[in-house]
Amino acid sequence: MAESALTQAQPKVRSSQSLIAGTISLVIAGLLFLLGLNAVGDISKFVLTSQRAGVTIAAPDLVLPTGISLFILAFLVAVLGGYQIVSGSKRVSLFVGLSAVVLVFGFLIWATHGKSLNLTGMLVSSVIRATPIALAALAGIYSERSGVVNIGIEGMMLMGAFVSVVAASVTQNLIIGVIAGILAGMLMGALHAVLSIKYRVNQIISGTVLIILGLGITSYLTRLLLDVYPDQLNSPPSAIPSLQVFGLWRIPVIGPVIFNQSSLIYLLWVMLIFTQVLFFRTRWGLRVRSVGEHPKAADTLGINVFRTRYLSVLISGAIGGLAGTYISLGVAGQFTEGISAGKGFLGLAAMIFGNWMPGGAYLGALIFGFFDSWQEKLSILQIGIPVELLAMAPYIATMIVLSGFVGRSRMPAADGVPYQKE
Amino acid sequence: MSDQPEKTQQTPTPPPEKRTLIQRIFVRRGARDTVLIPILAIFTAMLVGGVIIAVSTPEVRDAWRQFFQAPWEAIKITIETVWNAYVALFVGAFGSPSEIVNGFRTWIQTGNSLTLLRALRPIGESLMLTTPYIFAGLAVALGFRGGLFNIGAEGQIFVGGLAAAFVGYSFKGLPWIIHLPLALLAAILAGAVWGAIPGFLKARYGAHEVINTIMMNYIAFRLADYLLQGPMSRPDRMPITPDVLPSAWLPTLLPSPVRVHLGLIIALIMAGVVYWFLWKTPLGLEIRMAGANPRAARYAGIRIAVIIVLTMALSGALAGMAGANQVLGVEHRMVRAFSSGYGFDSIALALLGNSHPLGVVLAAFLFGFLQGGAAQMQATVGVPIEIIKIIQGLIIIFVAAPEIIRSLYRIKTKEEKEKLIAKESQISS
Repeated sequence: MAESALTQAQPKVRSSQSLIAGTISLVIAGLLFLLGLNAVGDISKFVLTSQRAGVTIAAPDLVLPTGISLFILAFLVAVLGGYQIVSGSKRVSLFVGLSAVVLVFGFLIWATHGKSLNLTGMLVSSVIRATPIALAALAGIYSERSGVVNIGIEGMMLMGAFVSVVAASVTQNLIIGVIAGILAGMLMGALHAVLSIKYRVNQIISGTVLIILGLGITSYLTRLLLDVYPDQLNSPPSAIPSLQVFGLWRIPVIGPVIFNQSSLIYLLWVMLIFTQVLFFRTRWGLRVRSVGEHPKAADTLGINVFRTRYLSVLISGAIGGLAGTYISLGVAGQFTEGISAGKGFLGLAAMIFGNWMPGGAYLGALIFGFFDSWQEKLSILQIGIPVELLAMAPYIATMIVLSGFVGRSRMPAADGVPYQKE
Repeated sequence: MSDQPEKTQQTPTPPPEKRTLIQRIFVRRGARDTVLIPILAIFTAMLVGGVIIAVSTPEVRDAWRQFFQAPWEAIKITIETVWNAYVALFVGAFGSPSEIVNGFRTWIQTGNSLTLLRALRPIGESLMLTTPYIFAGLAVALGFRGGLFNIGAEGQIFVGGLAAAFVGYSFKGLPWIIHLPLALLAAILAGAVWGAIPGFLKARYGAHEVINTIMMNYIAFRLADYLLQGPMSRPDRMPITPDVLPSAWLPTLLPSPVRVHLGLIIALIMAGVVYWFLWKTPLGLEIRMAGANPRAARYAGIRIAVIIVLTMALSGALAGMAGANQVLGVEHRMVRAFSSGYGFDSIALALLGNSHPLGVVLAAFLFGFLQGGAAQMQATVGVPIEIIKIIQGLIIIFVAAPEIIRSLYRIKTKEEKEKLIAKESQISS
């Protein structure tokens, strides 16, 4: 009933939407202009040389006149906004998105005025911070594309993080640790699957169970075991090493950011492409999506809805476990209580941000990761603006995207609905 | 689902059963499932918890290694360990009965109440821990009744706490009769706003409230980070607020060292208010209708959008009161890590209490007393306090999937029973 009302109102909504979007761009332009006025004579210095683990990859510094750069950016955004309003273009999300990106970088230029900032280091840490979020988002995509809402990724991550560290410590073998972490996540996935598919428990409640149990079990065992035997159980041989790709890792800026990262990050990239192909180019992917959109129709066509959902949720658990493994074994090199720190929820947000698509989700994760390291750098620069408030930006952005102010994100139709055979 | 019309066609309508007042209050129709399943769920979860405690105790594991030499010894040690742990949990939650009796005796004989109060301290602590659970559980239950998932109780508790703390320390010279309600009101408003935003986004734009309430949690955490380090921090720049003035404290119900305070009474009153509101007012009916069947409610002329925003605002207000309760009753200031997972526990509470205020209150008592006893259990028997979280998780599993409990204890559902009866009558005829 709501649909018909929506389609009727469509043209009007469109034009008002592009008007709002254009206005947002113009406001951003104004903001950039003011920032420029604030730092007219200054210079922003961005260091591009990377220093990691004792290896220096030299690159010339990027020196920008703060005021002029900001004025140019303001002009570009103003043109963008003006064009948006005049043309009434439908690609609202593109325009607003571009303006927002320019605003973020403009802000960075302003914040650096009279100081210097290591841009390469910031990008490297953005990619690192984005990885667990992206993995969590990928875990969410597998589950939700098949119609099972999974808010329990946080619990899967905690179990994966815990088990992988313990396994790696006991065997002193990183690969066994990673596999164990994946299996632990799958175990949680199996619990979620049994509860929500077999017993048709409300999927959000089932997800809450995963979170409570994941936190409870790992904290319990931490007190009982890890705190008592830290040397035997909480000291893996090393963190997962970086992989340097041939000579490419020596390229300035790009090298450190893309070609000298943890092996798990490459695994993530491979998985992202693989997932995209799997869901949109293979028969299996089509089946999973049909189960998530209209399980009854899929069932009529002979697709086993239950088996498809079980498999998808198990895969989701495996990836969730891997996400936890990356945090503990991949970065921290040990397990501490509550180590996932809400990355699972951010993953869900990234998934929605990316409209349940692997590429979009990774973009969302990169934005979260970027803001995370942005916030850290800004607090070092001491710009006089409370960093905590700026840190709210990605959450607010997610809410805006979810509300369809900027482009519509659409969840699988049967997401969250338990399937019952008649 | 259970009372479908076609069944009544065959069986003659049974005579209206006579129910006493007590039955009418406590035993609702279909009460067996709403009462029996949670009790069995709690029992089963404690049983599984017992196994976990046993497995994680070294002495028990050693005893089981010698199982073939001394089988009874192994079983005895296992039962003893679990028994001791749960006794410690009980004593930690309620206090030692003998000490309480002793305290009473001294008080009556000498008029010195200190021994009694010391003996009552554990139960007071448990009641104090119960209070935020009642508020938060009611918040989520109210949302459930309106068909909304408020996962953001945590954030609403945070902003409620911030608002209460702000009014509590900055408004000076007010009498408590004005100051305390004002601080509470501030928390209620803050929580209501925090809940209403996702409600509005759902009503107006169809944005799912689960993700939005989670996002609002993070925004609340960042807001707290900012306020506690900047505008609201103590003069010495510690990330905590100045102390709330005593005129805004929730007064304790008994002298020190018992810390249970007026918040408990307010929470219980709120449970009554929520019950009255949902079941005895037209607006409450609209909320429940919107929750039970939004489409039917829409055709009945209910303005769903308004109801959604209202439900979320009320839910947030209740959660905000939980925050005020912690600030005005327990901490007397706002600290950064101040709500420990009430947001998710409250979902469990609402579920366990079948989203009914009475059920939520009982579930909150269970959680509060488990929490209160767990510290004692950790101190005396060395079982980590987190066992409580595992038991809570198991309770939710068993309540949410009653089929597990049914198959464990071979309880038949109404439909199955009727089928069985029908089959038997077929055979006999």
